[in-house]
Amino acid sequence: MSTVSVSVTVNGELRTHEVEPRVLLVHYLRDVLRLTGTHVGCDTSNCGACTVILDGAAVKSCTVLAVQARGGEITTIEGLAAPGEPFSAVQQGFHQEHGLQCGFCTPGMIMACTALLGENPDPTEHEIRHALEGNLCRCTGYQMIVNSVRWAAEHPDGIVPESSDAASSAPSTQGAGS
Amino acid sequence: MSLIGARVLRKEDPNLITGRGQFVDDITPAGTVVMAFVMSTEPHSRIVNIHSADALALPGVLAVWTAADIAELSTLGLPGLGRPLLATDVVRFVGEPVAVVVAETKYIAADAAQLVIVDYESMPAAPSITTALADGAPVLHSVLGGNTVFDQPFVDDLAADFAAAPHTASLHLVNNRCAAVPIEPNACLADWGPSGLTLWATFQAPHHLRNTVAAYFGIPQDTTRVITPDVGGGFGAKINFVPEYFLACALSRKLARPVKYTQTRSECQVLMYHGRAQEQDVDVAYDDDARLLALRVRVTQDQGAYPDPTGMGLPVLTTAMAAGCYKIPKVAISWRNVVTNTTPVAAYRGAGRPEASYLIERIVDLVADQSGIDPVEVRRRNFIPTDEFPYATHSPLAVYDSGNFAGAMTELLTLFDYDALKAEQARRRNTRDEKLIGIGFSSWLEIAAFGPPGSLEGFGHLGSWESVQIRVQPDGSAIIYTGASPHGQGTVTTFAQIAAGELGIPFDKISVRHGDTATVPQGIGTMGSRATAVGGEGVRTASVRVVERAKVIAAHILEADPADIVLEGDGFAVNGTPSHSVPWSEVAWKSFRPLEIPTDSEPGSLDITVFQQVPNFSFPSGAYCCTVEIDRGTGEIEITGMYLVDDCGTVINPLLAEGQVHGGVAQGIAQALYEGISYDENGLPQNSTLMDYLIPAATELPSYTDGRVNTPTPNNGLGAKGIGESGSVGAPPAVVNAVVDALSHLGVQHLDMPITPLAVWNVLEEAK
Repeated sequence: MSTVSVSVTVNGELRTHEVEPRVLLVHYLRDVLRLTGTHVGCDTSNCGACTVILDGAAVKSCTVLAVQARGGEITTIEGLAAPGEPFSAVQQGFHQEHGLQCGFCTPGMIMACTALLGENPDPTEHEIRHALEGNLCRCTGYQMIVNSVRWAAEHPDGIVPESSDAASSAPSTQGAGS
Repeated sequence: MSLIGARVLRKEDPNLITGRGQFVDDITPAGTVVMAFVMSTEPHSRIVNIHSADALALPGVLAVWTAADIAELSTLGLPGLGRPLLATDVVRFVGEPVAVVVAETKYIAADAAQLVIVDYESMPAAPSITTALADGAPVLHSVLGGNTVFDQPFVDDLAADFAAAPHTASLHLVNNRCAAVPIEPNACLADWGPSGLTLWATFQAPHHLRNTVAAYFGIPQDTTRVITPDVGGGFGAKINFVPEYFLACALSRKLARPVKYTQTRSECQVLMYHGRAQEQDVDVAYDDDARLLALRVRVTQDQGAYPDPTGMGLPVLTTAMAAGCYKIPKVAISWRNVVTNTTPVAAYRGAGRPEASYLIERIVDLVADQSGIDPVEVRRRNFIPTDEFPYATHSPLAVYDSGNFAGAMTELLTLFDYDALKAEQARRRNTRDEKLIGIGFSSWLEIAAFGPPGSLEGFGHLGSWESVQIRVQPDGSAIIYTGASPHGQGTVTTFAQIAAGELGIPFDKISVRHGDTATVPQGIGTMGSRATAVGGEGVRTASVRVVERAKVIAAHILEADPADIVLEGDGFAVNGTPSHSVPWSEVAWKSFRPLEIPTDSEPGSLDITVFQQVPNFSFPSGAYCCTVEIDRGTGEIEITGMYLVDDCGTVINPLLAEGQVHGGVAQGIAQALYEGISYDENGLPQNSTLMDYLIPAATELPSYTDGRVNTPTPNNGLGAKGIGESGSVGAPPAVVNAVVDALSHLGVQHLDMPITPLAVWNVLEEAK
């Protein structure tokens, strides 16, 4: 099958490859660039596990052909944290508020939340739920994802206040064997 | 310092939130080729011919196999009713693999699968329990004569008790067929080389798969390695032995290439075994005070096209748990298993217990409705009292360990104003168009911590224990290896919490490894809410033994008696003399140096393996309330409150426990209102994509209000009962009871799940 040349900027780096015109962006990212943090959870654009940010907007990369992204700027989960920083605010929010369990939907969920906060830095619970209706999670029941986004909105620099770093602070013994 | 009960953040998160997790499809060894199925489009047909020449001729295609190419490979499942790896002569459900294609890329494999043409000769299909049991029904497996696989009759159907009872209530319930829908569909990667077989799989029980694959191919276990890397959700649906694992291995052996299979969602919806799919006939007898006198339950379990051992066990669990948290003098149970032209049925989160809580909680509400006594009061009058544990039920499987059902209900009623809501419900009923209010309760109970000796062996497991190995490293850190195989539960964190307290080693210096048969010393796996109650107890047991041995070394260093050594600070000290101490790092280091330990000690002694057993199941319970509002114009149902009091005994990590409850409740709400795999009368699946199978998004689900009571189980030293399945057990009856309650003034006594706006609208229209 014939191929076409695709040049895209992914996580700040210009990448150029010959790909079949039918290749989906998500397969280009995963199979050609080997950026496997972006996942595939369905084949009908319902689940959002493949969400990446293309030219500033969250897109489902299973619904975009690689050739359609030509000349575009893409951010994937691997490129989300600023250089030298471990986590972005949204990533830290998911950690702090237990916004993930199995972690499979998480990269797409985090990218969608990142795009949301880019447009609306202080969303209400209602706004968060509606912004995420294209991203499915089967583990959390969503409440802790909502909490994660709120954490990120309240801590836009992603810095954890010292007192709430639960892992290294004195634990509460509430609920223990009493 | 004990971390039991601490809100500790997860060790699992950093990789998963940065895209550095590693799921099966992320792994691609050199030379990997891709496997794809040609799947049946027919529910029940004879295979006349398979044309694969065009597919084989496609550049990049390495193989096309049909059943004829693998005649030497045996079937899976029940002897005599086994499922062939590829449909042989007959297809029995839509989606059943008929041929398998291997190609250099996933695009070529998909093209090639499209080029394989199968000629079918259609036969009548039986895609439901009703059609499979009808006179003259098409027979799926001629060896059965009909479609009933097993029928356990009543020992005594209590006919005399029901005839003599002052009142009775009866329901026929359909527990809708659900798809587990882990966001990662099934995937595996087999690499069978000269040195042995490695199989990566998204699976909940790696050793179980290793043992089974080795036995299947007649190869030694030592050169058969199963790795379950990050697993993107399981919910019980990733413990079944489906053909893809065995085909990938066989193809890898034949082609001498790593063979990867990654299911699409549409394939997953028809290939991954479904759950629930049960019908129930339930009768209760009760007196004038709504005290339950007798319960009779007949369960009919849809097994799908090929009975699975786990599927065969579902009605056993349902009937064992049928009496819930009530003291009922007489209980009669009976069940049968039926094959149908549908996807096979096996475990899905709760596996038989959501079906049990649903039947008893629905019929208790019907008793309340018929007797005019408040549903909370009916429950209170029938709860097993707290002083009657251990409580022996009608089933030898179910001897309840502990519980506080009345206490959970009391706690629940502190979370919202029940009386005010009832008053508002009454007021709105008298308005013309204000939304109707419904309040639904569920006092649920389930069986967890599988399990005691014998409980898993019947499902083909090697044992019912769980393995834990603790290896203290020379620097004083520790690695825990376990056969528990988490896929989102947070076991890496909770096991480190348990160990930190017992070992006196900081949480940050404890790693937990799992999911690799080459490194973990045997194992069973994660299912049946067992990881913490069995494996976690193993961590405690192993930690205690490590500390016993470490004290010997510390005593040698401190020139004291081991009996006088205690954990103190960052190491060990002589009891009563904290300054006379030695840090863990020194004890650990010296434990590997023969000249620095007692002469009768071996180096490397701080390495303990435990095969943890538990004496009985545990029985998590709770009280849930769901409140709904119903739009009288559209039938739309909105959940306005979800109040959740759980009793899982000791909580290791409240953050993770709440996460487990929320996720289970979400799936329970989904079963009640949104989900249900359906087939048309010809056996064609009606919702095999996420376009038409509604797994709820954030917009469909409410916020949850969490509560807790705590009755530790006496069956393990932690007191932990298990919590993975609680929400999916407790939520469906609460939601359905709420909707039925909202419509009860119209004479509605039951609606089957999923209760759609259309079903509600029909009720409202009929009432006009």
